[in-house]
Amino acid sequence: MTKPIEVDDASFEEKVLKSKTPVLVDFWAPWCRPCLMAAPVLEELATEYNNRITFAKLDVDQNAQIAAKYNIMAIPNLIIFKEGKPASQIVGYKPKEELKKDLDAVLK
Amino acid sequence: MTAKKEYDVIIIGGGPAGLSAGLYTSRSRLDTLLIERGVVGGRITDAELVENYPGFADGISGAELGQLMQRQAAKYGLNIVTAEATGLELKKDKKVVKTTQGDFTAKAVIIASGSERGKLGVPGEVEVTGKGVSYCATCDGPLFRGKTVAVVGGGNAAISEALYLAKFASKVIVIHRRHRLRATRVLEEKARAEAKIEFLWDTVVEKIEGEKALEQLSLRQVKTGQKSSLDVAGVFIAVGLKPSTDFLKGVLPLDEGGYIITNERMETKIAGVFAAGDIRQDSPRQAITAAGDGATAAVNAEIFLELKA
Repeated sequence: MTKPIEVDDASFEEKVLKSKTPVLVDFWAPWCRPCLMAAPVLEELATEYNNRITFAKLDVDQNAQIAAKYNIMAIPNLIIFKEGKPASQIVGYKPKEELKKDLDAVLK
Repeated sequence: MTAKKEYDVIIIGGGPAGLSAGLYTSRSRLDTLLIERGVVGGRITDAELVENYPGFADGISGAELGQLMQRQAAKYGLNIVTAEATGLELKKDKKVVKTTQGDFTAKAVIIASGSERGKLGVPGEVEVTGKGVSYCATCDGPLFRGKTVAVVGGGNAAISEALYLAKFASKVIVIHRRHRLRATRVLEEKARAEAKIEFLWDTVVEKIEGEKALEQLSLRQVKTGQKSSLDVAGVFIAVGLKPSTDFLKGVLPLDEGGYIITNERMETKIAGVFAAGDIRQDSPRQAITAAGDGATAAVNAEIFLELKA
């Protein structure tokens, strides 16, 4: 079982932007119920896409800088970063099958 | 994903109507599948505090109420799948529900797909959604801490959202096209007592502008015709509801507004197809009435299945 890694304002550049593999960042907050519902789905996907896509989560309440930089104004908000740039963005709660389509598209 | 494709009953929609129906059918040991496209609990999960559901004297958060209903129904074996219903096909002895996760069939169907937030239908609304335009204050409100936000609408949903947003935002401007609110008195009194909330009466939003994020709203005063613009970081749109019945067009008779017509047993024009909750014509659209409809629909679905057997 691969768990998503925690990233914050300080570690974002190192862990996300400079990553060799694509990184899916789950912008979330503890008060967001759809985010909590999405979390177990993302854990499953983290295991399925192990070594191909890194799964990370960033608490927008604690990390206002990065949240503001990427204009996070609705959560759950998933951004897949590839070579330091956002390659795909998914806003709102989506079923697993739909998320997989986006992940596969980024890997192509 | 659910491998099983055939059920006694399929319920479309996981709000209070669908979950109550599922609780009843599952307790009657009818093999039941509930199909929900988003968050189980339905639109009620957007409500910060539900104060009018009997039994919760101190109020309860909509999210928690939804979770409790889900847990209670799951206890008796209700199956839930995340999928969107895209169509309904009526065959001789069974009903086929088409979804984004494949087809499912059942002998009886209860439609409880509820309603969704109405849109303003102005330029920029779709483009800026998720970048400052929101339809759910409890989902996105805390992201606007210390900022100025607007709420469009004058009903219960709009005023509840304004009150919730006042906890985070520095200022909340309620934009309403009429000169008085439709919201319940209790809510109006609370909103008027809240220093952070201001009202812009007789005003409509004509355009929403913003590239990467919302920048401003173009407004028009309906009485004077005067135009103006308003800089806000977020706008929460709460201008009524529209029934989620697009997938039923051409299958079930709908009224002009797109709602389903039923009798007092929640039966539609088609035998074995029931409707419950906000989706029904003239529903008061309350969690408690939806739950009641769900139970009624389930009881009558059970009778329908017994008579058929």
